[in-house]
Amino acid sequence: MGIKEKILTKSLWVFHASVGSCNNCDIEILDCLTPRFDVERLGIQLVGSIRHADVILVTGAMNKKALKRFKKVCGQAPKPCFIVAVGICPCSMHMFKGSYSMQSPLDEIMPVDLYIPGCPPRPEAIIAGLAKLINKVNK
Amino acid sequence: MKALFNYLIFPGFIFSLVIGGMGWWLERKFTARFQYRVGPPWYQTFLDILKLFLKETIIPGGASKILFILSPLLTFSAVLMFNLMLTENYFLDKSFVGDILVMLYLLIIPSLFIILGASSSRNPLALVGASRETKLMLSYEFIFIISLVIIIIKSNGNLMLADILNNQINRGMYLKSASGTIGFILALFYIQAKLGIVPFDAAEAEQEIMSGTAIEYSGPLLGFYRIAKTLLYFSLPLFVIALFGQIAINNPLHKYSAFVIEYVLILLLISVIKNINPRLRIKEILGFFWFFLFPLGILGIILAIKGL
Ligand code: SF4
Repeated sequence: MGIKEKILTKSLWVFHASVGSCNNCDIEILDCLTPRFDVERLGIQLVGSIRHADVILVTGAMNKKALKRFKKVCGQAPKPCFIVAVGICPCSMHMFKGSYSMQSPLDEIMPVDLYIPGCPPRPEAIIAGLAKLINKVNK
Repeated sequence: MKALFNYLIFPGFIFSLVIGGMGWWLERKFTARFQYRVGPPWYQTFLDILKLFLKETIIPGGASKILFILSPLLTFSAVLMFNLMLTENYFLDKSFVGDILVMLYLLIIPSLFIILGASSSRNPLALVGASRETKLMLSYEFIFIISLVIIIIKSNGNLMLADILNNQINRGMYLKSASGTIGFILALFYIQAKLGIVPFDAAEAEQEIMSGTAIEYSGPLLGFYRIAKTLLYFSLPLFVIALFGQIAINNPLHKYSAFVIEYVLILLLISVIKNINPRLRIKEILGFFWFFLFPLGILGIILAIKGL
């Protein structure tokens, strides 16, 4: 475990990309910032611009229209940048599997660093997931 | 050798960075406590800066490369120069060639380069941010100049910071007088707007225009902006303390503790204003500065001329 990873994981700036979610996952992500869960104490911050991001949280089932844009957004992120799939939708397409407008699960499109299943995942689960990501990077 | 030590470590760059980082953290911590949160650990601001230097820098295609790269660097150097001038005066009791008008110029440079850097990035949201920042500058710099005019009148036309400090030591701090209080209020709003803190963060609105002026910056270039802002978190309150709240104390230890207390109080005031206000629209900001603070400033000038 290097000092570089240690610094990186102590100040994760999170960018939130919704590629066709039902909005519940997005609300749960915002819940993590509320007084009850307060991820800022772990140095995690929600940023507005993809250029500042260290983590991209992807919510929702990837649909065909969003795919092109999402690839573009991912290409704009400065390395090193981690991709996290939040909710069952990006993990496995959930009930939208086989729908005419839907693409495929996220990991068939690009490498995913962490899966947080749940519909929607509880804020505790998201925080536990981020802790797992931190451990994984530090190893 | 001694001069180099003074410039780089105490009371120059490193010292300012550490105190500024702590100040920024304190402001975040106050905000967190206002919202019943725990808040970030004390080293968070330093880690954020270090992390940015480990990341990749992306230069957007079609951007004017030279301007895009130079803007953060020049912002940083102007702020550093301002910091050095101020700390030399305040902590080492040295007076040097250069008065508060020079400092005013140095303070305008960062905002100018933030605007230039944002406009050179060829991003429409950055352009919106830049145009908002321009309008913001018209309001806050103007108010700060009026606040400086009050100071200059009170110190009988003296422009040197060292003389202003001595004047306060001999005759009591300016904050005690009515016009000094008004000047202090103006300067406080100036700090708030200069640092881009809510309610005056229209230029960097995160949710609205996605960090506005900083939107295209990443990695070390953003890091230089962060360092400049951290330094400003130290030097702007220090400047206001030096202009309005200098206390006559001979014991150096007490002098430093007086500084710390005043610094923390100013940060507390800033975060109170931040937490009880929503983000204002640019029109409301201009209205507030021009039609509320400007008449107040005129009143302050009249009081200062009357000697109150
Ligand atoms: S995982 Fe569930 S809550 Fe989340 S976007 Fe999909 S359907 Fe909505």
